Amino acid sequence: MNWDWNAVVDFLPHFRKGLLVTLQALALGSVVSFALGLVWALLVRTPTRWVSWPVGVATEFVRNTPLLVQLFFLFYVLPAWGLTFSALTTGVFAIGLHYSTYTMQVYRAGIEAVPVGQWEAATALNLPVRRTWTVVILPQAVRRVVPALGNYVISMLKDTPILMVITVPEMLSEARLYAQETFRFTEPLTVIGVAFILISYLASLLLRTLERRLVR
Amino acid sequence: MTQGLWELVLRGVWVTLQLLVLGALLATVVSFVVGVARTHRRWIVRFVAGLYTEVFRGTSALIMIFWVYFVLPLAFGWQLVPMWAGVLALGLTYGAYGAEIVRGALTAVDPAQREGGIALSFTPWQRMRLILLPQAVPEMIPPFANLVVELLKGTALVSIIGMGDLAFSGSLVRLALQESVEIYTYLLLIYFVIAFLLTRGMRLLERRLKAGIGKAPVKATVAPVRVAEGASAGGGA
Repeated sequence: MNWDWNAVVDFLPHFRKGLLVTLQALALGSVVSFALGLVWALLVRTPTRWVSWPVGVATEFVRNTPLLVQLFFLFYVLPAWGLTFSALTTGVFAIGLHYSTYTMQVYRAGIEAVPVGQWEAATALNLPVRRTWTVVILPQAVRRVVPALGNYVISMLKDTPILMVITVPEMLSEARLYAQETFRFTEPLTVIGVAFILISYLASLLLRTLERRLVR
Repeated sequence: MTQGLWELVLRGVWVTLQLLVLGALLATVVSFVVGVARTHRRWIVRFVAGLYTEVFRGTSALIMIFWVYFVLPLAFGWQLVPMWAGVLALGLTYGAYGAEIVRGALTAVDPAQREGGIALSFTPWQRMRLILLPQAVPEMIPPFANLVVELLKGTALVSIIGMGDLAFSGSLVRLALQESVEIYTYLLLIYFVIAFLLTRGMRLLERRLKAGIGKAPVKATVAPVRVAEGASAGGGA
């Protein structure tokens, strides 16, 4: 084992740059997936079959195919359709879209867990549909789903290295770039591996505290 | 697409299937060994198994692939054939998720069953083999079905280290054709069909196993939920 601490120190500035991009992609991807997931969850619940059915099939399709191929698809197809975005934007959208098909199920379970009595009360008070959702149902549903959503944030974190393939300069790209320049693979790859373990461990600790606060 | 390009894609499908089957085999072995170890009496065994799951679930599968492919040869002086590097990285990573499923299902078995085994003076190994596993395994099948779809999607990652799997041959065809929409649509469809067949097969298996212990399978009312969740997703099953 040829471990060189100098290489670790030398790699740290690159690591910091990559870490910032990774966290940025994670934050934006989470926002996209939380928002889109809620949209899918509500659309799938609509009584109109020609809306709920296509949404159900499409999300099932996205969920069961590799994020990597979806990323390539968006990266090469969107420009061909005249839509040019930065690599980071494309990547954030791809991750957000992929995970929205998971968060959608979380929201769905959360909505279904709201007691029927709440719906009946809203009907009894003659609340219009939109107010029933915004004032009665969603505030109760969202509280329940926070822990499950948090788990997907951790999953998303672990999927951000895929963005390397479309030239987003996140942690793994930085590590690979450094390795190609210096021919030292062991240190940069191990450093980012440990960083991933630490971040996801801290996130899960944070999540457990949050869970205890919310679900009681 | 011309016939030659289709042959390239088919070869990619073959490599992907090999990765899937071998990776699933390794992941199953790892899941059971680590999962059972996490219910062991000695704390040190539980600790080591827990450390394993935290490390492998904490890092990303892609980083594991890079590590196995680039660091192992430098660090230990031997290099793995790309296929085995891919299988090793995928099997170890998804095995860590599977270990949580096994642990969850084992702890979900009624404690009275274990106590019954003790009362009959079964050895721990006999209890595991004759009492706990036959009841726990059918419960593991639905989460394992989700995991195997995750594994299938994970196999696409090895294309990044240049293995000729489906995703890799797809990008070659894209370079040849300069036509992205067509080839990536085909790729997504092929992956989806494989995933669909996998979930169907697992449902069949579940019905078989549950019939074996006299239980009806749970009806799938909602679409499967991803099991390969974050590091906090303990409990499984």
